[in-house]
Amino acid sequence: MDLFEYQARDLFEAHGVPVLAGIVAQTPEEAKAAAEKIGGVVVVKAQVKVGGRGKAGGVKVAKTPDEAFEHASAILGMDIKGHTVHKVMIAQGADIAEEYYFSVLLDRANRNYLAMCSVEGGMEIEQLAVERPEALARIAVDPAVGIDRAKADEIVEAAGFAPELREDVANAILKLWDVFTKEDATLVEVNPLVKTGAGEILALDGKVTLDENADFRQKGHAALEDKDSTDPLEAKAKENDLNYVKLDGEVGIIGNGAGLVMSTLDVVAYAGEAHGNVKPANFLDIGGGASAEIMAAGLDVILNDAQVKSVFVNVFGGITACDAVANGIVKALEILGDKENKPLVVRLDGNNVEEGRRILAEANHPMVTLADTMDEGADKAAELAYAAR
Amino acid sequence: MSIFLNKDSKVIVQGITGGEGTKHTALMLKAGTQVVGGVNARKAGTTVTHGETTLPVFGTVKEAIAETGADVSIVFVPPAFTKDAVVEAIDAGIGLVVIITEGVPVQDSAEFWALAQSRTDENGKQITRIIGPNCPGIITPGESLVGITPANITGKGGVGLVSKSGTLTYQMMFELRDLGFSTAIGIGGDPVIGTTHIDALEAFEADPETKAIVMIGEIGGDAEERAAEFIKANVTKPVVGYVAGFTAPEGKTMGHAGAIVSGSAGTAQAKKEALEAAGVKVGKTPSETARLLREVYAGL
Repeated sequence: MDLFEYQARDLFEAHGVPVLAGIVAQTPEEAKAAAEKIGGVVVVKAQVKVGGRGKAGGVKVAKTPDEAFEHASAILGMDIKGHTVHKVMIAQGADIAEEYYFSVLLDRANRNYLAMCSVEGGMEIEQLAVERPEALARIAVDPAVGIDRAKADEIVEAAGFAPELREDVANAILKLWDVFTKEDATLVEVNPLVKTGAGEILALDGKVTLDENADFRQKGHAALEDKDSTDPLEAKAKENDLNYVKLDGEVGIIGNGAGLVMSTLDVVAYAGEAHGNVKPANFLDIGGGASAEIMAAGLDVILNDAQVKSVFVNVFGGITACDAVANGIVKALEILGDKENKPLVVRLDGNNVEEGRRILAEANHPMVTLADTMDEGADKAAELAYAAR
Repeated sequence: MSIFLNKDSKVIVQGITGGEGTKHTALMLKAGTQVVGGVNARKAGTTVTHGETTLPVFGTVKEAIAETGADVSIVFVPPAFTKDAVVEAIDAGIGLVVIITEGVPVQDSAEFWALAQSRTDENGKQITRIIGPNCPGIITPGESLVGITPANITGKGGVGLVSKSGTLTYQMMFELRDLGFSTAIGIGGDPVIGTTHIDALEAFEADPETKAIVMIGEIGGDAEERAAEFIKANVTKPVVGYVAGFTAPEGKTMGHAGAIVSGSAGTAQAKKEALEAAGVKVGKTPSETARLLREVYAGL
């Protein structure tokens, strides 16, 4: 889960990273009150999880609370690269003397962490990495050791900080490492990390990505979820512990296992090429068990998607054999009753497949069509979706 | 022959008394696996019985190894306890740990992987191989199953399979069930995993029983691209590939924690192109992939 800047700032503050005052506001009135509370010059910053907001007019300096009100009025509701601005952060103005860069992230390829640091901050780090790679220090971090004092010193030295700054920057890095480990982050980035006119080191803007697998030990993280932009169907699916992602197409998809469902989306998209280019409407993995209740909950989410014209259920019966899956589907259809009003193509394969198909054939549900293979099922579902357009 | 697992492998189950552990211990025994015991500190000294087989429950992995000579462990404990279980297995010096558990925090995986890497024998070889987490495990059909793959899909044969995904592994084994498999290994869909595509490819290349290899990948990371480089330089046996997730949008995690396209990185198209550039035939669908493998196999 990616955090908003204000949430990252709050986490930084909680772990002792030096930051300036910042207050989130959802209305111009709140923005004005925040500016009054902070006092002096403030910056009104659009809170969106996408880069380039400054260029889009989403960051404005306000000299007075009234100006903060005006800027917030303009920025709230603005669309930045497809993201609607629901919140602004009112941040204390900073007297920036120099800008630096620091990040620590999970390095998948090397199965460890990577710290990156530069005395040339402020610009897009991807650009710096390409144009002047020598200006960006890249230091591997051993997950068994982490960033200790020695590692922090190594990072600041490699980045080329002047000797008199090294201790302060290293201290900030140690606090940022605390954010990374104590919050179960996969990315902590500060851009820019600044030195003020008075010589203070501050984290001025931050990006944090949290590992959702750690939610069981990070009880505070649930509150950080962005409910405003969560798709209502995705929220409903999440309540039922279903792994669902809404897409734009018309063929609803249910399957078991992430890889098989991803593959099903692809196969439906290929099949759609022959049927008016219909596309998959969603990703939905109901997991290995495929019980009646889970199947019913999954179908319910998909049938509530107005864009869906047909549904393709693609299950490989493994440990839960096909007869159990077929019984699950039959019971799910009973649970749903009249709600099941869209054509359903079912493809079962794997253990006890004949018995599974026999159960579904016997149930003879008017909306259900059986398919022998994944390709055939995808083609049928695409055809039905196109016909229902 | 086979890779990483054979009929002589002696297996202990960490979490043998839990729901999943109980269910899959029974299935592994049925598949012919030599399960020799389990570990649960709170139930040490007790036993579990599956049909004719009664298995001892030990307090620690170390004790289990000392008593049974186990060289493989399978982990079914919940995410909150997985790191401790794996660290215990590594500390006990076991040869292979298969982690089935889904939802392990990635910092935990990074930590136990770092630990496993640091434990080497006198030749500098890593002592403990890790498979997973979040994987279906490994099966050498007709010999041993350490995982949750249905053992009755297919039998012994000359195809080696390595995959990030469980159900796609089953699907491919089912499609090619008449050919049979030397070993099928699911390496898992998490961002940090132990055994990689490359490790499996290297082992299949060296395994005389494996005639051809199927490699299944999915979006996210660059493991498939690196595997392609490896194949180009090191693999002489025919490899057929499949990549899932062509239609996945950017920034949305597709089920597996590691399956995410970020920017231009991790797309299925890039992986397909990299594999094809290495001479790997890549199928557009699982069925086409199976057909390509058949063609290759018929020509051997």
